[in-house]
Amino acid sequence: MMETVWFILVAFMLTAYVVLDGFDLGAGALHLIAARTDEERRLLLRSIGPVWDGNEVWLLAAGGTLFYAFPLLYASSFSGFYLPLCMVLWLLVLRAIAIEFRAHLDNSLWRDFFDGMLSIASLLLLVLFGAALGNVIRGVPLGKDHYFFVPLWTDFAPGPNPGALDWYTALCALMAIAATSLHGALYVIMKTTGPLQTRMGAIANRLWPVVAVGTIAGLAATVVVRPRVLDNYRALPVGWIIPLAVVVALGGIRYCSRRGSERNAFLFSCGYLTAMLAGAAFALYPVLLPSGSDPALNLTIWNSSAGPSSLSIGLIWWSIGMAIAIGYSVLVYTMFRGKVDNSGGDGHY
Amino acid sequence: MNDALFIHRIHFAFTITYHYLFPQLTMGLAPLIVVLKTLALRTNRPVYDEAARFWTKIFGINFVAGVVTGIPMEFQFGTNWARFSEFTGGVIAQPLAMEAVFSFFLESAFLGLLLFGERRLGRRGHWWAAFMVFAGSWLSGFFIVAADAWMQHPVAYRILPNGRFEVTSFWGVLTNPWALIQYAHTMSGALTTGSIVMAALGAFYLLNRRDSEFGAIFLRVGVIAGIIATIAQVFPTGDMHGKYMAQHQPAATAGMEALFESKAGAPMVILGQPDVEHQRIDNPIVVSKLLSFLIYGTTRAEVKGLDQFPKDQWPTNIPLLYFAYHVMAGLGTVFLAIMAVSAFLLWRGALDHSRWMLWILMLTTPFPFIANTAGWLVAETGRQPWLVYGLLRTEQGFSANVSAANGLFTLLGFMGLYAVLTLLYLFLMSRQIAEGPAPHTAVSGAQA
Repeated sequence: MMETVWFILVAFMLTAYVVLDGFDLGAGALHLIAARTDEERRLLLRSIGPVWDGNEVWLLAAGGTLFYAFPLLYASSFSGFYLPLCMVLWLLVLRAIAIEFRAHLDNSLWRDFFDGMLSIASLLLLVLFGAALGNVIRGVPLGKDHYFFVPLWTDFAPGPNPGALDWYTALCALMAIAATSLHGALYVIMKTTGPLQTRMGAIANRLWPVVAVGTIAGLAATVVVRPRVLDNYRALPVGWIIPLAVVVALGGIRYCSRRGSERNAFLFSCGYLTAMLAGAAFALYPVLLPSGSDPALNLTIWNSSAGPSSLSIGLIWWSIGMAIAIGYSVLVYTMFRGKVDNSGGDGHY
Repeated sequence: MNDALFIHRIHFAFTITYHYLFPQLTMGLAPLIVVLKTLALRTNRPVYDEAARFWTKIFGINFVAGVVTGIPMEFQFGTNWARFSEFTGGVIAQPLAMEAVFSFFLESAFLGLLLFGERRLGRRGHWWAAFMVFAGSWLSGFFIVAADAWMQHPVAYRILPNGRFEVTSFWGVLTNPWALIQYAHTMSGALTTGSIVMAALGAFYLLNRRDSEFGAIFLRVGVIAGIIATIAQVFPTGDMHGKYMAQHQPAATAGMEALFESKAGAPMVILGQPDVEHQRIDNPIVVSKLLSFLIYGTTRAEVKGLDQFPKDQWPTNIPLLYFAYHVMAGLGTVFLAIMAVSAFLLWRGALDHSRWMLWILMLTTPFPFIANTAGWLVAETGRQPWLVYGLLRTEQGFSANVSAANGLFTLLGFMGLYAVLTLLYLFLMSRQIAEGPAPHTAVSGAQA
């Protein structure tokens, strides 16, 4: 019971991370192509500037919570995905200094350098995060000692000896780029005006069909690579409400974009990402990290969790801390509501 | 030594040592910015507002460097120390997760307001933003120290049949006596760094005969905070920490002093090089009976030497432990002397014109960073050969599934990345310092 509660809490935190930092990463990935002049780039950075750091904290909070509630999963997956994870860390460093150091010098060479760094780092982070989700769904070669190690790639087939990148996880990475870029574009449309907004609108229009087709292709590929993902849906048909929500959210994005209802389009995009992740979590439960070969070796919420006393004590600080953290988020987003512009003010980006 | 184990140790040691260069300044400057902002509110003199604004810019650059190098730390328990994480996550991740949930959200929300929200918040609101950032950074420090303290002195835990530890009391981990003592000692160390940096920059401006009004303020705030911090560093926090350590990690204390044989009326070695093979100290300069006195308050007491412990429980690198301890304690004493003389001159109203003292203060800048680093080296090499003192040995904790070559690859990657970060940091800091605290001054307008 406690294990299930923590499964939901960790899934909630990871989803919050993807939805919130997702728009920073998506906007960052589009930064070079969508924002052409220094004015436009500053506008884009101002739209994410006051919130990106807080959004990234969700990753740290989720990581720490995972470490506490499911120490074996944290230990096994972080060491097993050693190489891609260290690359994630490098890219997070690069993205952060690109956003924060760019404005310090009013020099086009300096600024172009960090603009490029922001776009490339954001794009590669999306590749790695997308592939990571693909790996968790596909399964990894877990040993009897609960540990594994995947190289970056082997033969690009999701067989018995997979790498972090194979055709399936690469497809997931492309999906992540498309869906998150759309998410970022819709956010920037909501927060800005002028040529940047227009260009983001055009990009969003072109991305939507890619995301729609990618969603279907991705789900089909998932069923091929890992047929067991349907088990929970068969056992508990109410779960089909999640794919339904995906479809509704996708339609909602298109409908609201057409009608120029910027805020709702973005909210539907939040809903889309949430539903996609909820669908994955529902399919996995109670497995946390499946074995590619033998289900008996799966890491589950039962064999990976901390002791019962840890799990119940944790609920105390988690609930208090989360209530406060959500309070800060509401405060920041409320203070920062509405469109941004470049007319002086307090911003520095 | 197993190659992979060695690489994983260096990996963590390098990234954490580099990281801590920044948070010690963040935590040291944060309360000083609050002081400057308080002075601004009290006196209504705009020069204090401008001084606070200047230090907030320095703080901002430093904060970014601290954040980006801090993120990898949260994940390196899992990547490089997987077995340790599996066994101890149910305890040690409590303070680590609490740091993210209780401090990082707080800091991220208020840092932006501190850096860019002065006009929107007004003076009082902006004071609160500074205060909240200070609170967040000091809270963050506490959670990290609590995590480390649990490894030094495990409390409030139970071992499950599968070998994993679980926490038995919410407050137990947070009120670990070791954590409280170590926190006080660590924070006075951070405040030492912050106050020396502020005083040194004030000395720099005064010596340069520019921005003298600001230089004098930085000097005054830095020296007053500095004398408090450097006294607290030695007494009571250093004294308590040393005594508590002698009681609970006697092998580490013996290693710090390279005391190979137990001795009543043990001397304290001031200088000298330990020769572990022959179990003696070369070129020693000692103060007789001082060690016994410092630990037990009497010159006759017996101090346990390394001969009291089986060799497999000796700290694994005694020379490093010994030198780190002597560098830390030696520098701490020197800082206290420098701050005492500076404070005396300040009281006499002569500090601003005592160029020799300003030179000393300015040149002291790198040393608190060295002393803080050495202090952490004492804590962590003294804990060896254990990850969790007395319970889990270091060789049981690393990621056996990550090869030495892969570990070396990412270590080199971090080194390259941090080299770039160092260049950017120094470049931006130098620019900020050259630009100076006066509002909108070009170089020509620098004479205040």
